[in-house]
Amino acid sequence: RQEILKWNGWGYNDSKFIFNKKGQAEFTGKRYRLSGMVLPILKEWMEKTLGASLEHKITSRTSLNISDVPPSIVNEEFLQDLRATKISYSREAEDRVFRAHGHCLHEILVLREGMFKRIPDIVVWPDCHDDVVKIVELASKHNLCIIPFGGGTSVSSALECPADERRTIVSLDTSQMNRILWIDERNLTAHIEAGIIGQDLERQLGESGYCTGHEPDSMEFSSLGGWVATRASGMKKNIYGNIEDLVVHIKMVTPRGVIEKGCQVPRMSTGPDIHHFIMGSEGTLGVVTEVTIKIRPTPEYQKYGSVVFPNFERGVACLREIAKQRCAPASIRLVDNAQFQFGHALKPQVASIFTSFLDGLKKFYITKFKGFDPNELCVATLLFEGDREKVLQHEKQVYDIAAKFGGLAAGEDNGQRGYMLTFVIAYLRDLGLDYYVIGESFETSVPWDRVIDLCRNVKERIVRECKEKGVQFAPFSTCRVTQTYDAGACVYFYFAFNYRGISDPIHVYEQIETAAREEILANGGSLSHHHGVGKLRKQWMKESISDVGLGMLKSVKAYVDPNNIFGNRNLL
Amino acid sequence: MYNQRRDWAPDLKELTSKKRDEFEDILEERRQSSDLRYAMKCYTPVIYKGLSACKPSAIKNSVLQSEQVQYVIKQLSKEMGESADIIQEEATEILDEMGHNLHIGAIRFFAFSLSKIFKRLFQRVCVNEEGIQKLQQAIQEHPVVLLPSHRSYIDFLMLSYLLYTYDLALPVIAAGMDFLGMKIVGELLRRSGAFFMRRSFGGNRLYWAVFAEYVKTMLRNGYAPIEFFLEGTRSRTSKTLTPKFGLLSIVMEPFFKREVFDTYLVPISISYERILEESLYAYELLGVPKPKESTSGLLKARKILSDNFGSIHVYFGQPVSLRTLASGRINRCPYNLVPRHLPQRLSEDIQEFVTDVAYKMELLQIENMVLSPWVLIASVLLQNLPAIDFDVLVEKTLWLKGITQVFGGFFEWPDNLCANKAVTSSLALHTNIVSLVNGQVVLNDMGIEDGATEELIFKQALSILMCGAYRNQLLNVFVRPSLVAVALQMTQSFRKEEIYNCFNFLRNMFSDEFIFFPGIALKDFEEGCFLLTKCDVIQVTPQEILVTEKGNSAASFLAAMFRPFMEGYQIICRYLSKETKETFTEKQFILGIRNFAFQLLETGSTQCYEVLSSDLQKNALAAFVRLNVMKKMKM
Repeated sequence: RQEILKWNGWGYNDSKFIFNKKGQAEFTGKRYRLSGMVLPILKEWMEKTLGASLEHKITSRTSLNISDVPPSIVNEEFLQDLRATKISYSREAEDRVFRAHGHCLHEILVLREGMFKRIPDIVVWPDCHDDVVKIVELASKHNLCIIPFGGGTSVSSALECPADERRTIVSLDTSQMNRILWIDERNLTAHIEAGIIGQDLERQLGESGYCTGHEPDSMEFSSLGGWVATRASGMKKNIYGNIEDLVVHIKMVTPRGVIEKGCQVPRMSTGPDIHHFIMGSEGTLGVVTEVTIKIRPTPEYQKYGSVVFPNFERGVACLREIAKQRCAPASIRLVDNAQFQFGHALKPQVASIFTSFLDGLKKFYITKFKGFDPNELCVATLLFEGDREKVLQHEKQVYDIAAKFGGLAAGEDNGQRGYMLTFVIAYLRDLGLDYYVIGESFETSVPWDRVIDLCRNVKERIVRECKEKGVQFAPFSTCRVTQTYDAGACVYFYFAFNYRGISDPIHVYEQIETAAREEILANGGSLSHHHGVGKLRKQWMKESISDVGLGMLKSVKAYVDPNNIFGNRNLL
Repeated sequence: MYNQRRDWAPDLKELTSKKRDEFEDILEERRQSSDLRYAMKCYTPVIYKGLSACKPSAIKNSVLQSEQVQYVIKQLSKEMGESADIIQEEATEILDEMGHNLHIGAIRFFAFSLSKIFKRLFQRVCVNEEGIQKLQQAIQEHPVVLLPSHRSYIDFLMLSYLLYTYDLALPVIAAGMDFLGMKIVGELLRRSGAFFMRRSFGGNRLYWAVFAEYVKTMLRNGYAPIEFFLEGTRSRTSKTLTPKFGLLSIVMEPFFKREVFDTYLVPISISYERILEESLYAYELLGVPKPKESTSGLLKARKILSDNFGSIHVYFGQPVSLRTLASGRINRCPYNLVPRHLPQRLSEDIQEFVTDVAYKMELLQIENMVLSPWVLIASVLLQNLPAIDFDVLVEKTLWLKGITQVFGGFFEWPDNLCANKAVTSSLALHTNIVSLVNGQVVLNDMGIEDGATEELIFKQALSILMCGAYRNQLLNVFVRPSLVAVALQMTQSFRKEEIYNCFNFLRNMFSDEFIFFPGIALKDFEEGCFLLTKCDVIQVTPQEILVTEKGNSAASFLAAMFRPFMEGYQIICRYLSKETKETFTEKQFILGIRNFAFQLLETGSTQCYEVLSSDLQKNALAAFVRLNVMKKMKM
């Protein structure tokens, strides 16, 4: 798998944004709907919104400089013990660097032009639960540090090796534990090894007519074990639930031994749920090896949709009403105006005059006839799922509510494009990096009554911080509401800026990111909805869960892993 | 915490080097072009970027429907067993009584008539245009709160007039209910953007909820800049009054709750060369009751139209970002765990912050208050009663000007205007207080020697209080170094510690009288010493403070400026220690002390006329209560 993925950027090697010889943006490869298409407006958007220019380009080095890579230090006795277990391992530089990072901006920048201070000394590939038990035992015996590695899509610095870790660091890659062990159709559960990647899981279950319905934006690359370890959330949680709703049973190997429940039941009252110590533990307690998860029959019918609102406030009000009536579709997302315009910039070249005529007509209808301000309007994208009749009924209900908030149905195609962009947008950062543009995304959850205030204030804070830090072009600062709940919503921010003329962009970037998080917390938002804490957001844990709360987690860690074998130092 | 607050407090030492903006006289253009055309000009102010345009009635509606007001209505209805509709009705009435009805027609009417009036009353109305530009910028970015000083009824008329002149959004103004008593005028003020608040409504929850929500709604919507007076009322003495916190905490709340990204606070200093109400104030201070605001009273006031009131200086301070002020002070939003519409007591942290902001804003007002030559003359004259030689007066005035400038006083001393001329023209402007007789400058009514009757004392006190009000403008700036000088005099010591203790005692005693940023006595002391060192009055060593040879006269002058307060408080102490009754009302106290003081003045055993000022009397009383010498009881 390592072969088909980029070593210094997001996703597949063959898929990336480039500017072709004509100076037009293009998305390469064949994997996505956008692949192979020319995007004529993107260049202008980058120039106008970010002040980027094609003349100012920096390119990443093309391959890893092996001589820079810190040496692998592993003691011989451990190696002998490891060989005896027949578990495969590697000490190759490429393998170790590949597992030394997640996808935070600073990590990618290090890959492009620097080197990590500390990386794993050795990578091991256990094949099953028992292999993991053996590795953890060996690590305890030789006092090593284990950092579990699943899909490697972390955006919380969770995979970064603590620079001052003196022990040998073992990267425990779960990717070989990727089998569906059994499917129980009577109880609609499946027992699965934790290393399986999201898209493989859904595809394999699909062959039996089932799905988990858990679709985080990273599902092409992230693993089941990773979802559990970070308390992941899926796009279609309105039907299927988040990971904590999906999981029925977890098996985790810790230095104390294996932790699991004695039965697989829908609910039990046996003190605090031990699953909740595991979910979100971010690799600090052990390795999740096997998970029993709920499955559902693959839905008969899927339908995308979209609604245009005159402004963001109306859009949020509509989402709130939908949540109140508990009739949210599988997914409903509301993007703000800036992101709507950005989506527009990613429109491929139109095939015929007829389509472009139609587009023009639509635009005319919305802006002129309906009086929407093109610099105010925003769009909600929808995904309905279920049996056909119910979907259509549901769709009508949602559109009726939307109409009450001034929303106009804007077609299936726009909806589908919106969801496709979610997957593609991650690739765009790599293009930006080539042109002095750095960017990142972050998320939070917030009570309904504060959604508008939080969105406005955080975006404004970013703009203001950029200005104060000497960023010469106004940043791209945008948000979308990605999930609705009874009591609030999940909000996702993107921000990017052009750093030409700044001597220490990464430092500036980090200050701005910190300020944005401070702003979120001051506005009553959470530290994280689903990305987790890692090391990036540790500083705010105390105020997030109180001193006592932190002490509780620490005491669990002290019991389960007294020698800090799982020493990635996330969370606490 | 102490250090944090200390660092946060304004640094007055930097004042002297601060560069201030230039002034522009706006009346000049008025004198040259048609007032009617001016009143009918095309008025298109820049507006807040997030403004959701709406009519005054729509604002009222959204206030009534707001969660905040509805919550209180439901609460009250539950507690009193009254139907919610009736309480809602009551809320509507409160709102109708309170609400403004900003209307361009009224504005144009005022623009026309005020042009006429101002041109007759004042020689110049000077504005720092840079401040206007900054304000214009600020109005577009975030909600704006205008915080002018309050010396005259003219203040808010003048501000609205200026904003109209510069094509800026007109403010809505918190005005006292007493104006509503004035027929037509009250309504006219309402139409020009005034909204009315009862003087006290602490106990009335419905009133508080409606009022607070009304103000906050206008602020959040960016409907218009909100204007009110931190001092709460016009200062009759020209000393800046200690701030009131109620309205300030209301306008700060939307930021605390993050309903707005930021709020700008704009300190505005309005200084009058001659205050319109000067004699009215003196009468009031002496206990002749203030005439009730009435339209006919206003018409009678017309006769002052023939008088000359010199120049007005309006200085728009740099807009202060509340967010910047709060950063590092208020780390977490205390509103995260409670729905934001529930009425909530301010936490101690926030209360302290509001207090500090209020004082900071007042200190900024003082900093930019323009001082006229007359202020110096009044100060010199009061130490040389009943008369002073003109030439000596000029010389001393110049000398005092030098010191004032070192202390950070802000002069608009016309370019190259020689001191002689400046003094002469100042005297000409204030002939009701002083006269020039045979080369001697005499305070009116002071020369008469025969018989110290009560009536004469009253007359003399009037002159002194009027004159004192101008000297007081200087005290705002002088208070720190002067109190060091007083402490030096009182302790007759060199030891720094002893002097500081005395300073601290005085500062404490006078903290209702003058504006001190709370909790930073040592910093104030150091500042006072620093300024005195700067004009060579004292030398400071690590342990000692020494008055320099040539600094002696300056030190005693500086101390003497505060003598009326020192003596006044002493007399009040004497009176209180004589007072036999265990308890008495404030009214009884005021009457008692007045009689006592009259006796002392009649017998000539004191020359401290200012002890007759009810302002001083009330402040002293408050100080004694604060210092636990006396106790306040509710009857």
